[in-house]
Amino acid sequence: MRESGQREVFCGLTSIVWLHRRMPDAFFLVVGSRTCAHLVQSAAGVMIFAEPRFGTAILGERDLAGLADANEELDRLVRDLLERRPEIRTLFLVGSCPSEVIKLDLGKAAERLNGQLAGRVRVLNYSGSGIETTFTQGEDQALLAMQPLMPPSDEPQLLIVGTLADPVEDRLVDLFGRMGIERVRSLPPRRSTELPPVGRGTKVLLAQPFLSATARALQARGAELITAPYPFGVEGSRLWMQAAATACGLAPAAIEAVLAPLVERGRRAVAPHREVLAGKRLVLMPDSQLELSLARFLHQECGMELVEVGTPYLDRQLLAQELALLPAGTVITEGQDVERQLERVRAARPDLVVCGLGLANPLEAEGIATKWSIELVFSPIHGCDQAGDLAELFSRPLRRRNLLQFS
Amino acid sequence: MELTLWTYEGPPHVGAMRIATSMEGVHYVLHAPQGDTYADLLFTMIERRDRRPPVTYTTFQARDLGGDTAELVKRSINDAVERFQPEALLVGESCTAELIQDQPGALAAGMDLGGIPVVSLDLPAYSKKENWGAAETFYQLVRALLKPQLPPPGAAKPSPARWRQEGRRPRVNLLGPTLLGFRCRDDILEISRLLGEHGIDVTVVAPLGARPADLLRIPSADANVCLYPEVAGPVCNWLERSFGMPVVRSVPIGIGATGDFLREVTSLLEMDTKAIAAATNAEAEQRSRLPWYSRSVDSTYLTGKRVFIFGDATHAIAAARIASRELGFQVVGLGSYSREQARDVRAAAKELDLEALITDDYLVVERAMAEAAPELVLGTQMERHSAKRLGIPCAVISTPLHVQDVPARTSPQMGWEGANVIFDTWVHPLMMGLEEHLITMFRHDFEFTEGHRSHLGGAPAGAGLEAYGAAGAKEPTTGAATLAETTTGSATATAVASAATAVATAAPAAALAENGLHWSPDGEAELAKIPFFVRGKARRNAESFARAQGLDRIDAETLYEAKAHFSR
Repeated sequence: MRESGQREVFCGLTSIVWLHRRMPDAFFLVVGSRTCAHLVQSAAGVMIFAEPRFGTAILGERDLAGLADANEELDRLVRDLLERRPEIRTLFLVGSCPSEVIKLDLGKAAERLNGQLAGRVRVLNYSGSGIETTFTQGEDQALLAMQPLMPPSDEPQLLIVGTLADPVEDRLVDLFGRMGIERVRSLPPRRSTELPPVGRGTKVLLAQPFLSATARALQARGAELITAPYPFGVEGSRLWMQAAATACGLAPAAIEAVLAPLVERGRRAVAPHREVLAGKRLVLMPDSQLELSLARFLHQECGMELVEVGTPYLDRQLLAQELALLPAGTVITEGQDVERQLERVRAARPDLVVCGLGLANPLEAEGIATKWSIELVFSPIHGCDQAGDLAELFSRPLRRRNLLQFS
Repeated sequence: MELTLWTYEGPPHVGAMRIATSMEGVHYVLHAPQGDTYADLLFTMIERRDRRPPVTYTTFQARDLGGDTAELVKRSINDAVERFQPEALLVGESCTAELIQDQPGALAAGMDLGGIPVVSLDLPAYSKKENWGAAETFYQLVRALLKPQLPPPGAAKPSPARWRQEGRRPRVNLLGPTLLGFRCRDDILEISRLLGEHGIDVTVVAPLGARPADLLRIPSADANVCLYPEVAGPVCNWLERSFGMPVVRSVPIGIGATGDFLREVTSLLEMDTKAIAAATNAEAEQRSRLPWYSRSVDSTYLTGKRVFIFGDATHAIAAARIASRELGFQVVGLGSYSREQARDVRAAAKELDLEALITDDYLVVERAMAEAAPELVLGTQMERHSAKRLGIPCAVISTPLHVQDVPARTSPQMGWEGANVIFDTWVHPLMMGLEEHLITMFRHDFEFTEGHRSHLGGAPAGAGLEAYGAAGAKEPTTGAATLAETTTGSATATAVASAATAVATAAPAAALAENGLHWSPDGEAELAKIPFFVRGKARRNAESFARAQGLDRIDAETLYEAKAHFSR
């Protein structure tokens, strides 16, 4: 089902919040308005930083009046910023709705600044604007911008694409190593300047389902895209690792030897949460683009009944394996008309709604339990070892409701 | 173009949202791109609202820009009116929509919406900010609704004492309280009660909790109370000009200001001011504990405590008066991010022999704070974080709002009870008087460890300040930067703890001070004997004394000379 109307989702700028943590030597400079600055700070908890590694070049009336001035102003601001933050190695100029509408060419600006900075700092650009990108698509655009700088190499490697929490990444690299895969690299890397190579020997393993443009660009460089469900829950993670290991030519026995104990332990960790979640009715509102994978996990491994699975947009190719694992007849809505969707939620009275922060308390006040979806992009939830934690995120609101007594 | 890492105020349309969401029966159609709906969570999370803000966004995307976005605006207006059946409709645009010039206000004006009042908002997103947007929206809404009631030009002003002829109690409106304002919810309870006790009724409280129909009753009151000038200033001025309604401009925060407020409102209403003037002093003593607590001996240690104040204009100015006159602090810095009220802040600063800091750059505020070397910071949540990094106690006095600023208990800032709340909130972050004495007395005992700092925790003040230069620009890499920060306290606490650690572990200041001053070994040794909580001050005093004397070396004697010099 396709729907259009008011979309209650973040724009791509929000992904700066996890991207900047992944690459501590990068700065993300949004070129936009006070609204952009306010959005990012509302989403990111900026106050905890002495000085964050992201900020907004706020356009003023003078910048709107003349683009020549705007370009000069941007150059000046970038020079000041880099002087102040000499540790920055990569600067991302991030386009926004206003910069797109006034057609401020950040690609040209990046080129110009790269010339001025003479290799001291690399300047890249991408768009995180709400008119072009939805929430997690911001990461797709950022990775796409890094792609041309990846050196060519045909050496065999497994390339995990998509931001993972550092400990989760270490764990996965270790597990793949134990299976026998020697070279496992990540995009984005931990250091923005240490970009992995790409070429014919590269097998791309997507850690996130929202990286369509990046996946296509890497394929165009000769890389092979591994198709699998995404590594959420025990089953998703098992199939994901299995697909990667198989693509790398490993023998089934070697794969199974590593996976079997992980799967067994993961299932044990999920079991107590399944007791809480089984038979409960679930609605996922469109948000982070993880909805289909989470629905698959919550249905298959936690026994939840899927009332409606919303997603901002549906990339049928990247999600083919997830779609195949969803039960027949699952209601999937692409796009959003938030008012009508809420009407359906009220009519269906599900036991749990996964939704954004703008909707959570209002639904709770109507007596419907919710899980904030934004936690899913900030928490380490990938892999068999995290499956129990992932299930816990959903069982907690239900356990809590049972816990509270006021009479 | 201006680099902003964090901003005290959102864009002006968020101010308009504050007005719409504070009221009942008002709906706001906002022409804005996908993503701007983030603003909903300010209300649903920070204020824990049980309803979504009454805002319909057009959430246009790139593909809409090729087509007819004006049609999208009209459809959104129609849908919103049909679904929510508002009693008044606000129509406006956010920054990006302003650029594509669909003029949603004009579009709405051309539609048949069944006769509901439609207010078109023109909020320049590239030059104005949130509070300005709130004030402008409130003004435009009131003006549009009251237009039919406008008295003819030259009509006689209503007498503020007409209540007497009409045989009723005098009555006023309380204007300016909004959602996402600082303690507005509790202030209006406190001020309504205070006025009631003095025989004054409250006709309309707006925007918070009011319906459009309530705004129509505004002229039936005898005066307006401009409770929050940032939001109600323009509307009060307009009501004064157009309806001849006098305005009470004293903001009743603190003992003195609450007295001023009562005297101003009663004299405007031509009540028995003499009796009231005599009563307010006694009333302050009876109704608030602040005057007595401040005189009581335990408060002796508050004398001359250095405080740095930053916030919105109203709360910063009020804080400066309370700090300097009612608690006996020394105000060492005063500033505000409210540029519209900068003049008032400058005047308040001048009275204290200070230069007001008017800025919206929190790093400038943090630097000014570090330079002023205060013992207490009164600021926004951002100054709380800055102060924490510097190891200085802090109390929050102003917006921007954080979930912690919406406490479960009633906790006003205004009126007599507000003064009680302020005494507790400001004094508790400091070490208690008796405790400070005990530490001084027992500091040579072996049980006494360097850095002891009561139950309140945090890095020792001196260490934080000294480390500032070295670690000010350092950022923690371990803090959990999640949305939870704006919404839950726990994530903040852990992240901040790691920030504090990062600062505290930075290298201590070298023996070579700034401007080429040297500390001799015996000077350093003498300095180390001074209790740590005044050591920073002693160091600064000695260095400024040495500079004034043209010395380049500070030994123990210099330290004692400086001590004598500054104790005069």
